[in-house]
Amino acid sequence: MSDTITISYEVPANDFTRAGEASSSIKSKLKKMGVDPQIVRKVAIAMYEGEINMVIHATGGKIDVTISPEEIEMILVDHGPGIEDIDLAMQAGYSTAPDNIRTLGFGAGMGLPNMKKYTDELRIESKLGVGTTVIMKVKME
Amino acid sequence: MIIEDIMEILGAKFIVGEEWKNKEVHTACGSDMMSDVLAFMKDQSVLLTGLCNPQVIRTAEMMDIVCVVFVRGKLPDESMIEMAKEKEIAILTTGHRMFSACGLLYEKGLRGGPTYRE
Ligand SMILES: Nc1ncnc2c1ncn2[C@@H]1O[C@H](COP(=O)(O)OP(=O)(O)OP(=O)(O)O)[C@@H](O)[C@H]1O
Ligand SMILES: [Mg+2]
Repeated sequence: MSDTITISYEVPANDFTRAGEASSSIKSKLKKMGVDPQIVRKVAIAMYEGEINMVIHATGGKIDVTISPEEIEMILVDHGPGIEDIDLAMQAGYSTAPDNIRTLGFGAGMGLPNMKKYTDELRIESKLGVGTTVIMKVKME
Repeated sequence: MIIEDIMEILGAKFIVGEEWKNKEVHTACGSDMMSDVLAFMKDQSVLLTGLCNPQVIRTAEMMDIVCVVFVRGKLPDESMIEMAKEKEIAILTTGHRMFSACGLLYEKGLRGGPTYRE
C-alpha cells in the first residue's frame, strides 16, 4: 500500500437503523487491504461513535476517510446544533441525549471519551447553530 | 470456553451461527449501553445484552465480538439476523435475566476485562 486514497460517505439524517454503515464499510475495506486488525478495530470503533453522534445529536453529515501508509484520518462534518462546551462534552458520562435515545442503547456519555481513547489524535471544532467537525487520526504503527 | 459452552450454561438457543459453536470465547461484557461496550476492547469476547436493535449487531461487528447473547428471551428481527450472518457473529437467546446470565458464566470461569480507566 503506497498510495493515499480518500473515501467519502454521506450519513443520512434521522435514520438510526442505518447509522454505522459508513464505519462498517471502512472496516471491511481496511481488513481487505490487510491493515493490522487492532488498528482496524480502533478506526472502526472511533468512527462508529462519531457516526452515531452525527445521527443522534445532529442531522447526519459527511465523513471523509483518508488512508495513507502512515495513518488513517477521519473527518466528520455535520451541520447540527453544535457543541456549546467541548471540554464538558469530552467528560466521561456527560450526555444531553434524551430518554428515547437512551432506550436505543446510546447516551451513556462515553462516545467522545472512546473516540479519544482509540485514536492518536482527536480534534473537535464546533460552533453553536453552525455545526461540528471532528478530526481523528490513527497511526498505522 | 467455547460458544457451545455458553449455550449450555445459559440453557440458550442458537438464532445464528450454530456452525461457529466451537469458536473460543475469552472474555465477556454485559451492558445495555453500547458506548459502555465500545469502551471495552478485548479479543474473542461475548456480549450479553437486553437491548435488541440493529446497533447491537453493529457494535459487535466494530468490536470483533464473536457472540451476542440476548437475555430475558429477547429475539432479534430479520435484519439483525441477516447482519449477524454476514459478519459471522453468533447469536444466542436465553430466558435468564442479565444478572443471572452473567453470574452463571462467571461461576464457570468466564471473566470481564480490567477495571475501566479513562
Ligand atoms: N456531532 C455532534 N453534534 C452536537 N452535539 C454533539 C455531537 N457529538 C457530541 N455532542 C454532544 O456531546 C455530548 C457527549 O457526546 P458522547 O458521544 O460522549 O456521549 P453521548 O453521545 O451522549 O452518549 P454515548 O456516546 O455514550 O452513546 C452529547 O450528549 C452531545 O451533547
Ligand atoms: Mg455518542
